[in-house]
Amino acid sequence: MIDANVLLVDDEQDFVQTMVKRLKKRNLTINYAHSGQEALDHLADNKGVEVVILDIKMPGMGGEEALQHIKQKHPLVEVIMLTGHATVASGIEGMKLGAFDYLTKPCELDVLLAKVDEAATKKRRHEEKIVEARIREITSRRV
Amino acid sequence: MKQTGVFDNPYYKSLTRNLIPTVIVVSFSPMILVCLVILYHFQASYSEKVNAHLKELVLKHKQDIDTFLAEETSDLEMLAKTFGISRLSDAGFLEKELFVLQNGYRGAFVDLGLINADGQLISYAGPFKLGRADYSDSDWFQQAIHKDIFISDVFLGLRGLPHFIISVKKEFKGRPWLLRATIDFVSFNNLVENIRIGETGFALIINRKNEFQTNPRVNFSLGRAMYDRFLDDTNRDNDGVQIFTHKHRPGKEFIYVSAFLKNGEWLLVYRQNTSDAFSIIRRVQNLAVLILVIGSIGIVTMAVLFSRRIVGFVARADKEKEMMNQQMIETGKLASIGELASGVAHEINNPVAIMVEEAGWIQDLLEDESFARSENLDEFDRALNQIRTQGKRCKEITHKLLSFARKTEAANQKIDIGELIREIVDLAHQRTKYSKVSIETAISNALPCIAASRTELQQILLNLINNAIDAMEAAGGTVKVSCRFVLDHIHIQVSDNGPGIPESNLSRIFDPFFTTKPVGKGTGLGLSICYGIARKMGGTIEVSSDLNQGTTFEVRIPV
Repeated sequence: MIDANVLLVDDEQDFVQTMVKRLKKRNLTINYAHSGQEALDHLADNKGVEVVILDIKMPGMGGEEALQHIKQKHPLVEVIMLTGHATVASGIEGMKLGAFDYLTKPCELDVLLAKVDEAATKKRRHEEKIVEARIREITSRRV
Repeated sequence: MKQTGVFDNPYYKSLTRNLIPTVIVVSFSPMILVCLVILYHFQASYSEKVNAHLKELVLKHKQDIDTFLAEETSDLEMLAKTFGISRLSDAGFLEKELFVLQNGYRGAFVDLGLINADGQLISYAGPFKLGRADYSDSDWFQQAIHKDIFISDVFLGLRGLPHFIISVKKEFKGRPWLLRATIDFVSFNNLVENIRIGETGFALIINRKNEFQTNPRVNFSLGRAMYDRFLDDTNRDNDGVQIFTHKHRPGKEFIYVSAFLKNGEWLLVYRQNTSDAFSIIRRVQNLAVLILVIGSIGIVTMAVLFSRRIVGFVARADKEKEMMNQQMIETGKLASIGELASGVAHEINNPVAIMVEEAGWIQDLLEDESFARSENLDEFDRALNQIRTQGKRCKEITHKLLSFARKTEAANQKIDIGELIREIVDLAHQRTKYSKVSIETAISNALPCIAASRTELQQILLNLINNAIDAMEAAGGTVKVSCRFVLDHIHIQVSDNGPGIPESNLSRIFDPFFTTKPVGKGTGLGLSICYGIARKMGGTIEVSSDLNQGTTFEVRIPV
């Protein structure tokens, strides 16, 4: 279990509160937002976020739109879609837009944690590869 | 639908009542019109023909009679001119000449006589003993003595028998003498009597004083008005023939044809009963009436049969329309319930998620050391697990609701329906392994492939088979799954010999949330989903059930 930096985005405040407490208890760095816009603002200020858990149905900017903005501005951040719709179609739509995976509400915490873990690992590997590529680039220039 | 049932309904009864007269009127009108037109033309042309025939007949007889009189007159004239008074005064000579006239010619002469200017009969040849008869006071003598040729009217005379005479005047020594012949009345009468047509046609001759010159066959008299009508020359044709009909009293109508004879002194009158003259028209009329009656019976019968048939069609169409309306309502009801369900399902997921998470949070807290020593820890655990389990159940229900309401089409693919059924039956066998339920299949070999969504078909079949197993789980029984190809539909039957479905439940069986299973066992959505899928495929799903006998579901899918 890695201590991932997670941003939970959901308009249901009660859900967010409980979830935050449960995830913190499992040593995750957890922040939250109640709308798509709030999430984008948070991401702009805090560069350390690795995984975003994003509810699809929210007032104002919805999950799908927020996902597009996130992927545009922070392509390395992994997003797990959380949907009350529970339809394969909305999940697939999210995957097409670049989401890491999708989960249906209510979901088992263990399943969610596993997904977060996978997503964070993927992100870190991704970053490592980029760093390696840059180092290779710099060293090759010196040679 | 039974025909009798249809006609018990007041609406269809009145529809039939309105339709029958319409069909009768529409069929009758042209028939009657054609009959009337034909009859009218036939009557007109036939009347014309009869009138022409009668005119021709009277004209011919007029000419015959005139010729007869002219011949007799010229015979007598010849005799008078050829021989002198002295010869004619000899009764023996007259006898000889009478014999020649009677045998050589037509023989209408009865006698011959020579009369002097004083009206005394000088000589006579003939059957009567007239001696020296004196005619000086006779009407005919008064007229004849002043005319070269004279033909009298019919009179009785000295002999007391009807006869008429022809006389020729001859001058001798400045004094007039008359050679006179009597014409045989019978042969003359026969000339007229010969004119007979039909049963009532006869002819007669009258003179200017309205006296009969021939003996009419029937008791007959001409009134003054009638006689005057004959004298009216305005409506005579070029041949001098006049024709008219006269109604003496209702039912007694006669056709009269007349022509003048003997230089306008006599009138030949022909009379016939109109109904007799136009008997063919009446026969044709009777035939037409007979045809009309038979035609009418035919038309009325056809109208009744036709109307009943049409009303039968209308009733069937109405029934189908009503059924379609009901199906539309049913579909609409399901669609609106579906929309509602999808909204509810979505909204419920959030609170359920919170509940489950809260329970999870309590569980997290219970793992702390301070709670680990609590003696009720197991109970807490059990309660929290229960909350989580029930949360999952809620999720399953909402998932089913959403799949019921889902509008996205599952992709169609070519499916071997027999193979699909076998797969599903194999799956269902797992469930029946430990129960008293067995599954039999009867799948026809010649089944065409169908284009449908595999998952949807699986869903229908699994639902039906599972329901059948559920129904018989307690008492045991057999589920029969059969599949055959009828016309252009695949018929899949799933039947059980379980307890059956009460009739009151049958009409609601496809309604969403309708279930007879114990709480927690069924959502009441299975058959609704089956119904929705079958309709979407353009097929049908029907149920029939007998209590304690079993239930059969039949799904029909078009190929």
